[in-house]
Amino acid sequence: MTGRQSMDIPILRLGDVLVTGLINELDDKTATVFADELTERIATERATGVLIDISRLEIIDSFVARTLTELSTMARLLGARVIVAGMRPPVAITLVELGLQLTGVETALNAEQGMAALGWHHAPRPPEGVTRRETLG
Amino acid sequence: MKLSGERTMGAPTAPVEGGGGAGAGATYPVRTDEDLITVRHAVRAATVETGFGLVDQTRVVTAASELARNAYIHGGGGTVTIEFPRNAGRRGVRLTVRDEGPGIPDLEAALADGFTTGSGLGHGLGGARRLMHEFEVHTEAGRGTTISVTRWNTQ
Repeated sequence: MTGRQSMDIPILRLGDVLVTGLINELDDKTATVFADELTERIATERATGVLIDISRLEIIDSFVARTLTELSTMARLLGARVIVAGMRPPVAITLVELGLQLTGVETALNAEQGMAALGWHHAPRPPEGVTRRETLG
Repeated sequence: MKLSGERTMGAPTAPVEGGGGAGAGATYPVRTDEDLITVRHAVRAATVETGFGLVDQTRVVTAASELARNAYIHGGGGTVTIEFPRNAGRRGVRLTVRDEGPGIPDLEAALADGFTTGSGLGHGLGGARRLMHEFEVHTEAGRGTTISVTRWNTQ
């Protein structure tokens, strides 16, 4: 838990999509810094899509929920579409019981489906080194 | 101990009361973001120790996070005590969150969804109540707030 001032969470760019993921040990300060930095990156990199993987988040409380909701709204105002992917089932159950619906936040079952929704498609290719050989006779 | 101006609200507590049934509690300070992470870890460990399933673990840790954040944002810092009560063969986890802040002036409003004076979505207190089996608030203007919540292992 070092470097609180600087950004702890990497944000990668793939074409016009920014890809990032939230870590389990997400404290309020890191969440706020992350939201600010991601919003800036959307503008400077002219991103049209953002994928946030949350598969490592073990809980989402009202603070994180609010951060995700605000982030989605700010991104939309900047012309980018945010997809939050990979929510764990116990987290979804708990969020509903808390009374939080993440209204306005688009979600996907996992990162792959989220990327597909943002226009990225996985082209199946045979793994390297594998040659197809038809047996003759 | 009832003083004037004091407000209490909550479900009746389990018959096992008076410390006899509650396992020795560990107390953690909540004054910073980092303390909140420490509390979540400790509460997670307590739920695992009590044999809670993954969904129940998530419920209790989330409730702890809401209540502990309230204590340091609205209450100016406080403590979280974790205990292991037993009742009729069931094991549970009880969290008692104390602060010495200004107290909650309107408890009904604070428990209603959408009520917020701070940084959350206004679901903290009411939400934490829904995530736990027992919920008790004791708040007094100028003297602080104590919230005690329990979830039983129903598996």
